[in-house]
Amino acid sequence: MARRKFEAIGSTADIAFLLLCYFLMTTTMGEQTGLQRRLPPIPDEKTAQDQKVNRRNIIIVRINSADRLFAGNEAMDISLLKEKIKLFLSNPADDPSLPEKEYKEIEGLNHKVLVSKGVISLQNDRGTSYQAYIAVQNELVKAVNELRDEFSMREFGGKKFFALSEAEQDIVKKAVPQNISEAEPKDTGKR
Amino acid sequence: MSKFGSSSNKKEVPQASSNSLSDIVFMLLFFFMVTTQMRETENKVKVVMPQASEVAKLERKDLSVVINIGSPTKQYQALFGTDARIQLNDAFRELPDIRDFIAAERDAMSEAEQSLMTVNLRVDQDVRMGIVSDVKQELRRCSALRIMYAARRPAQ
Repeated sequence: MARRKFEAIGSTADIAFLLLCYFLMTTTMGEQTGLQRRLPPIPDEKTAQDQKVNRRNIIIVRINSADRLFAGNEAMDISLLKEKIKLFLSNPADDPSLPEKEYKEIEGLNHKVLVSKGVISLQNDRGTSYQAYIAVQNELVKAVNELRDEFSMREFGGKKFFALSEAEQDIVKKAVPQNISEAEPKDTGKR
Repeated sequence: MSKFGSSSNKKEVPQASSNSLSDIVFMLLFFFMVTTQMRETENKVKVVMPQASEVAKLERKDLSVVINIGSPTKQYQALFGTDARIQLNDAFRELPDIRDFIAAERDAMSEAEQSLMTVNLRVDQDVRMGIVSDVKQELRRCSALRIMYAARRPAQ
């Protein structure tokens, strides 16, 4: 009796081994990571007129077909882009050529905070390489993330953005919005 | 040797070890079942994802739809050339096919989750933006607005 019981356990181990091998073969361990974005909906002809934004609130970041970067009409190296975007979004000296800021009440915070109205308009050419495009996207996200870190350090007692709770993160997201607009593709220049 | 020679011990020792073996293997099995995911469809296009330091993890893998863009791998180059192509599921597709593909994937989801659908754009780093812009425009037309540019974290 005892002997038969042990034999049965021996075969469960074999079956489990087979299953294990099967899962090892058919599955991958990699996780999906990337930069998440929301595309703008296709505008109606009516609403297209309303989307006029004050010129000072927009910075145009353009990558041409030779992967050269222009930010606000000047050629620029990608390593300098982050500082430029941070300056643009925070506008510490209230420069009239940089975006407006307005006091906004944010649910969950007991005082009003200055929220920038700045919008980053990212334009690319059909011939731009994807690698350069993602590199620029990454710098833009990095600039916003650093501003969010600074804001949460100020407001939530030295904690960084990722250390906050979900509700607190939502507050920071409202205070430092990530306004990146991916413009309609343009046919400038040849491939 | 004398330890194992006695007939009384001979019965006990090996059987006890096989007892726990199945537990260990089952634990390994569960570990792999939990941490891994099913391998995706066969890649017909070469995709080397660009690096980005600010990547975020996709929370709901089951709600993501993958679109691969890249140049065909070696065995398909004779047929399809080396120009960047779109791969949906298991086959090369053209731009207008995206609409049906998105609609089919959307139907497969429950109604509450349809709005959370994320299109995961796995694009090779050497691809030109032209085809990516076309795909983005097509996605906007299908109102699949949540997208993710797949990228990998640079090795530190």
